[in-house]
Amino acid sequence: MIKDKSFGSKTFDVVNTILMIIILIITLYPLLYVLAISLSSTEYVQANLVTIIPKGFNLQAYHQVFADKYFWVAYKNTILYTVVGTVINLLLTSSFAFCLSRKDLIAKNTITILVIFTMFFSGGLIPNFLLVKNLGIYNSIWAIVLPGAINTYNMIITRTYMQGLPEEIFESVRIDGGNDLQIYSKIVLPLSKPVLATIGLFYAVGHWNAYFYPMIYMKDKVKYPLQVILKDMIVEQDFSGMEEMEALGQIPPTSDMLVGASIIVALIPILCVYPFVQKYFVKGVMIGSLKG
Amino acid sequence: MRSNKNKCSVLKKAKKQKYLLLLLLPGLIYYIIFRYVPMYGVLIAFKKYDFRFGIWGSQWVGLKYFQQFIFGPYFWRLIKNTFLLSFYDLIFGFPIPIIFALLLNEIKSKKFKSTVQTVSYLPHFISVVIVVGLLKTMLSPNGGVVNNIIEFFGGQEINFFMEKGWFRNLYVSSGIWQGFGWGSIIYLATMAGINPQLYEAAKMDGAGRFRCMWHVTLPGIKPTIVVLLILRLGRLLSVGFEKVILMYNPKIYETADIISTYVYRYGILKANYSFGTAVGLMNSLIALVLIIVTNKFSRKISDTSLW
Repeated sequence: MIKDKSFGSKTFDVVNTILMIIILIITLYPLLYVLAISLSSTEYVQANLVTIIPKGFNLQAYHQVFADKYFWVAYKNTILYTVVGTVINLLLTSSFAFCLSRKDLIAKNTITILVIFTMFFSGGLIPNFLLVKNLGIYNSIWAIVLPGAINTYNMIITRTYMQGLPEEIFESVRIDGGNDLQIYSKIVLPLSKPVLATIGLFYAVGHWNAYFYPMIYMKDKVKYPLQVILKDMIVEQDFSGMEEMEALGQIPPTSDMLVGASIIVALIPILCVYPFVQKYFVKGVMIGSLKG
Repeated sequence: MRSNKNKCSVLKKAKKQKYLLLLLLPGLIYYIIFRYVPMYGVLIAFKKYDFRFGIWGSQWVGLKYFQQFIFGPYFWRLIKNTFLLSFYDLIFGFPIPIIFALLLNEIKSKKFKSTVQTVSYLPHFISVVIVVGLLKTMLSPNGGVVNNIIEFFGGQEINFFMEKGWFRNLYVSSGIWQGFGWGSIIYLATMAGINPQLYEAAKMDGAGRFRCMWHVTLPGIKPTIVVLLILRLGRLLSVGFEKVILMYNPKIYETADIISTYVYRYGILKANYSFGTAVGLMNSLIALVLIIVTNKFSRKISDTSLW
């Protein structure tokens, strides 16, 4: 490459770097701000003195969030829904994608067209809601994990990947007397690890972050996942256990502090795994986009 | 090995594929129950739904609920809000990942570049509930950082979530915050695939940084831009109502209420199932037409289409 050392080019580099630093700050600041107020003491927050560094460090807001029994139940529920949901997602998506990836499948084209059609048209919110009620799975984990068991887009990514696997291996299994179930479980699944890891992560993040369907499909508060509880805290400012603190003669944390603390606690798992899985997500976007 | 002799061949083939069909079954059942049964359920838009009689047994009412919506007081407001919200989201949200990718591509330090990338993808993985929570905390009228700044400069405190004029700005800008990094991945990947010789040739011809960007990088990512634009246009009517539900309140319905939130309120919360379904059906039909039209159009002008 020819080095461009003109004044204009250098200025561009400087300006561009500054711009990127500003972008970094804009992206991270809201998170750091929330962290700071959640760790500060009520007096400083009320006096508007907290910007990015916690002032009067204390964990009162966290104590209160942790004292809320629904918060922990919801945390546990979210983990359960995410794990069960993702396992079901992966089983159904991969088996269906495998079948559609086989050239000789009966009625393959008809099935493919009918499946693609669902990407563009759906019954809509209310028929789905009524279906869940009529199936008798309302207010149970199945209402959360079954209706979205296959995401058509993820299924197509998987199918495209599986189509690229060499046909010869399948043939050799067949010669050894193996059937399609064995091809699927012993050959295709292990070879599809990269794509399954990617869509598995997509599904898992989706379950972890879901609030809308759990909100309409769950009736009992003890079955709510974390995001629904967070929604109650953030939108309705509904905090249980606020009075207990006041009874103890302490200055209670402000609602912003409580929201901040809950946000941080809900984000911790994502922040922990994010650096490790980030590169898989990027790969997933690429697999999905090349033959979209 | 292929037997294509007579009508028995399908049965024969099915027998040969019995394990494959067994594997197909769960997914097939899923699509029938959870994707096609709700399409059948759309019938209740034309009926007075009564849960005792089920979908089929309820009484036909024709287009009553459609008329009720079209001639109802909120029809134009909902259409306008839905369109404007997604339109603003498109004109501001679509170019920013492209510009960001172009600028990031010019960063020479690999380490700095990947740091910026990693950080910029992060908001994509944060739930809408938390994004709205961050927004509310930052903009809080009692002591949020933004209002502190406004007051510091002698301005009046603004209660952002209670003013109808602010809703679209907040919706669109928080969407950009959440999506610009993630949206840029695909452009960056396309840029990485551009032949470096093109850049050298351009430099030989005396092109500077901007001209390289303009004449080499941008044309290189053009097909990607077109495909993504079609996809976006096709989804013009499906605004992310999950975020709207978290952000709006009766005081700002005038700008914030969109078709899908209206369906949620009237259909689910007030249990007007038939009416809600009719409104939802109109929304999906318009969306479907939009996709077909944009796809046809783009096939004509750019040879790129989704099908």
